[in-house]
Amino acid sequence: MIIKKSELNAVLDKLLAGYQVYAPVKEGNYAVFKQIANGGQAYLGYSNSKIPPKGILFPQSEKLYSYSVTAEGARVEEHIDGSKKVVFGIRPCDAKSITLLDFVFNNDKYTDPYYMTRRNNTVLVGLGCNQPAPTCFCTSMQSGPFASEGMDVMLVDIGEGYVAQALTDKGKELLAGLGLPEASADDQKAAEDVKAAAVVSCQVNTEGLKAKLDAGFDDPVWNRIYEKCLGCAACTYLCPTCHCFDIVDDAVDCNGCRVRNWDACMFPLFTLHGSGHNPRPSGKERWRQRVMHKFKYFVDNFNATACVGCGRCIKNCPVNLDIREVLADILGSEARLDK
Amino acid sequence: MQELAAAIRETARKLLEEKTVDLVIGFASGSLPLRSTPCFIRKPEDAAKLVFDAGCENNLANYLRQRDEKVAVVAKGCDTRAIVVLLQENQIKRDNLYIIGVPCQGMIDRVKIDALLDGKDLLAAEVQGEAVTLKTAAGEKQVALVDVLHDTCKTCQYGNPVIYDVLLGEPVKPRQADDFADVKAFEALSPAERKARLTEEFSKCIRCYACRNACPMCYCSECFVDCSTPIWIKKSVDPADNMMFQAVRVFHLAGRCADCGACDRACPMGLNLRTMTRKLVMDVKELFGYEAGVNLDAKPALSEFAFDDPQPFLVKE
Ligand code: SF4
Ligand code: SF4
Ligand code: SF4
Ligand code: SF4
Ligand code: SF4
Repeated sequence: MIIKKSELNAVLDKLLAGYQVYAPVKEGNYAVFKQIANGGQAYLGYSNSKIPPKGILFPQSEKLYSYSVTAEGARVEEHIDGSKKVVFGIRPCDAKSITLLDFVFNNDKYTDPYYMTRRNNTVLVGLGCNQPAPTCFCTSMQSGPFASEGMDVMLVDIGEGYVAQALTDKGKELLAGLGLPEASADDQKAAEDVKAAAVVSCQVNTEGLKAKLDAGFDDPVWNRIYEKCLGCAACTYLCPTCHCFDIVDDAVDCNGCRVRNWDACMFPLFTLHGSGHNPRPSGKERWRQRVMHKFKYFVDNFNATACVGCGRCIKNCPVNLDIREVLADILGSEARLDK
Repeated sequence: MQELAAAIRETARKLLEEKTVDLVIGFASGSLPLRSTPCFIRKPEDAAKLVFDAGCENNLANYLRQRDEKVAVVAKGCDTRAIVVLLQENQIKRDNLYIIGVPCQGMIDRVKIDALLDGKDLLAAEVQGEAVTLKTAAGEKQVALVDVLHDTCKTCQYGNPVIYDVLLGEPVKPRQADDFADVKAFEALSPAERKARLTEEFSKCIRCYACRNACPMCYCSECFVDCSTPIWIKKSVDPADNMMFQAVRVFHLAGRCADCGACDRACPMGLNLRTMTRKLVMDVKELFGYEAGVNLDAKPALSEFAFDDPQPFLVKE
């Protein structure tokens, strides 16, 4: 099927009749996924959004339930969001990242009702990347500019329109409701050409990385990697796969709500115990945790790497501490660090 | 700049070779266009990695607190102002610090570059004299260096280091006096307009605390935002609490802020933090005639009380 660019706003407006629609919206010099009120708000002109769309399924501050004390007793109200949503224009790396979040929130030990209810009611309409950014290294992380993993529908931008292909039943249902024209053979051909032309120029070598990390907990390289790190959460909050959270009460007396907030292993407070002991007392242990979690523990647990190569941590780190270089340093392939 | 970088490398190499210091903190080439990155050099032969260009935007004073080894630091004007404040606050031992002062013409603001490129990714860039060439997939574009400097650099009065052990390069010419036009324009708005402006700005904040952590003077072992007994502000992200965080941060820097702009530069969401930090810089200057980090021997504004200090908040004068 095909969505003509001139029809895009109308198509989004149609979707809005049945779904909450989230799409990249231009905000100053970048785009962020926001719930839109009309098709005209969507802006697909950026290679990737500033904040990943993970927050649509796993919000930065999520009210789990609220409580109050009244004369009749305590009242507890759970907030489960079962609204039907479409995420429109999610890029391949971000769509893949959601399949990784699924491992965390839905596995044989635990199923998270808040995340999963959202997840089951959300349709992911992906958009391939004709022009990957210089910081993208998705092809080194089991994804690619036209990888469709995690998507329900995949769009390919062929200039005057988007060739749309349904990949799941959810996707078929969504497209069926839009009454779109079929893509012509020429359109299909154009889509194949666009796919063939996309180049991801940046490659990251991960050969032997897992073995290195398996044996490398005490490697002296950790003494140097973190040195310039400020210990903020730019890299983890903006990472589509990071999923750490902290649960707190936002309450006055006995009235308030329990909230789940994003947390980040780069913060000094991350694993600070009530006793005052912290098993990760410095940036060294925290950076080790970030790398180990993404490239070792996640692989041990779910047989997948918790990095999709989106490049956000690279673009947004205030001190240019680049994960691609960190991996090279760990592999010892380049003598950049002065030990 | 090439000669300056060469002089920095030579100085660093000597300092390490002669064991004057154990570590030199400076800048190396970064992994993105127009981006240099803080680096830590311990061996004389590695001094060759040091660079100095328009991408050295971080305030390296941030890495100097509470260190045991002898350290040399490559310091621009604003870095030296932060060093002065940290010396006054006993966070750095002067005897263990060697300051390689470098005059600074200003650093490039990549947010401004992004604005010019309208969503295109910057593939490469070159600074030649007063011009910057930007390369994107759509072609090349030339911009004037002065148009893409950080606002902090445009009003900076201390491009030349205020304290140093060695001064490299040629001192830069003083800039036009800072009239705090940005702050005054904001003050001229009505309270409702100011509130609307701030709410819009702070609804973008993701509370990553990069601004706090990039500031050399934000070094409390427990920040009020992280404190849980009592809870000063909500841990959840919302514009009112985000604003409260920023307001308190700025007040904690009253009379200490060196107007270096490091907080503003660090923010991944591109919030304008400068108008707030500079409001306090301006007030401290106007009310108490004090500028932080300019003179090591001056008594910090917060440690000094004079009978003729203005107290408009106590009685109408
Ligand atoms: S964004 Fe950079 S400075 Fe901040 S925690 Fe991550 S690596 Fe460290
Ligand atoms: S680690 Fe960095 S590159 Fe990898 S997915 Fe996270 S933000 Fe993207
Ligand atoms: S431990 Fe760190 S790297 Fe892993 S998910 Fe949490 S914040 Fe991300
Ligand atoms: S508050 Fe900002 S401008 Fe002031 S000293 Fe700290 S980082 Fe520099
Ligand atoms: S750096 Fe920016 S986004 Fe992060 S906490 Fe500070 S103001 Fe908010």
